[in-house]
Amino acid sequence: MGFLFGKRKNKSASSAKNRLQFVLYSEHQGLPPETLEKIKSEFITVITKYVDVDTENLDVKITPDGAIQANIPILEKKGRRV
Amino acid sequence: MGEVIVVTSGKGGVGKTTTTANVGTGLAKLGKSVVLIDMDIGLRNLDVVMGLENRIVYNLVDVIEQKCKVNQAFIKVKGFNNFYLLPCAQTRDKTSVTPEQMKTLTDMLKKEFDYCLLDCPAGIEQGFKNAIAGADRALVVTTPEVSAVRDADRIIGLLDANEVKRYDLIVNRLRPDMVKRGEMMSAEDVLDVLSIDLIGIVPDDENIVISTNTGVPLVGSDSLAGKAFQNICLRVTGEEVPFLDLNKKQGFFSRIFGKK
Repeated sequence: MGFLFGKRKNKSASSAKNRLQFVLYSEHQGLPPETLEKIKSEFITVITKYVDVDTENLDVKITPDGAIQANIPILEKKGRRV
Repeated sequence: MGEVIVVTSGKGGVGKTTTTANVGTGLAKLGKSVVLIDMDIGLRNLDVVMGLENRIVYNLVDVIEQKCKVNQAFIKVKGFNNFYLLPCAQTRDKTSVTPEQMKTLTDMLKKEFDYCLLDCPAGIEQGFKNAIAGADRALVVTTPEVSAVRDADRIIGLLDANEVKRYDLIVNRLRPDMVKRGEMMSAEDVLDVLSIDLIGIVPDDENIVISTNTGVPLVGSDSLAGKAFQNICLRVTGEEVPFLDLNKKQGFFSRIFGKK
């Protein structure tokens, strides 16, 4: 399946799927999208107390089984990515 | 004892009526006794899709109001021994019937028929409540679009809340060429989003339009949609049938679902 998802990156189908997963998760949990955005930004605030992170390339998403998955690249002190 | 199956979707225009007509006809072709009930009171269409619009005398509301016996309202489908349509009223609305009355009716019909298929109206209001009241299971129809999938999710939640514990998904109007280009969600993508089992994938097929034009369901024909509906019917009866290869050149579906 990897070969398929690889090809589909940035295509509209994967965008449809991500948007649906996000909206359905927030509907199921009774969490409005703003709250999820708040969780995301507070999460980043906590992490940046200890390390510098690459806020441009971080990715926080909801997986189909309802987990919050974060991929937060850490920056070196000089600003170079590890 | 037969089974009462509701064909539902939440969103309109995704193919509920086409699915009801084809699955019903397919089950009848398998030798099952089948009755189709149009639950879209006020906006009836199952009669035209089945090519039976000129033979309606009585309807569902007449039966509920005891203006006629249920057998008098049945329209026999030609070429079958035990296949009927119970049409709905066109000049009444959804409040003409209650969920309790529908449950009583379907409880009675499932003693006589192997399958009782209900074509549910769009929406989640009274018409939906009437259609699911006596249902043992549901076929949830969606297309691979965000709006239809979101509504299907809502329907699944409502089926759960209303004790319809068995439901399966039909992904309708899939375009394998667009899926291949990454511009349409695949059936797998839809399944990742919804908590439901898949019972069929029906490709977008112009033969559906042609069959609706003539009022003859295409299930069992040589077209891809005809084969897809045939397979759904077999799966409804409990048979295990591999999923069709909708994109033979690329072997796309066979890679996902295993070759025939």
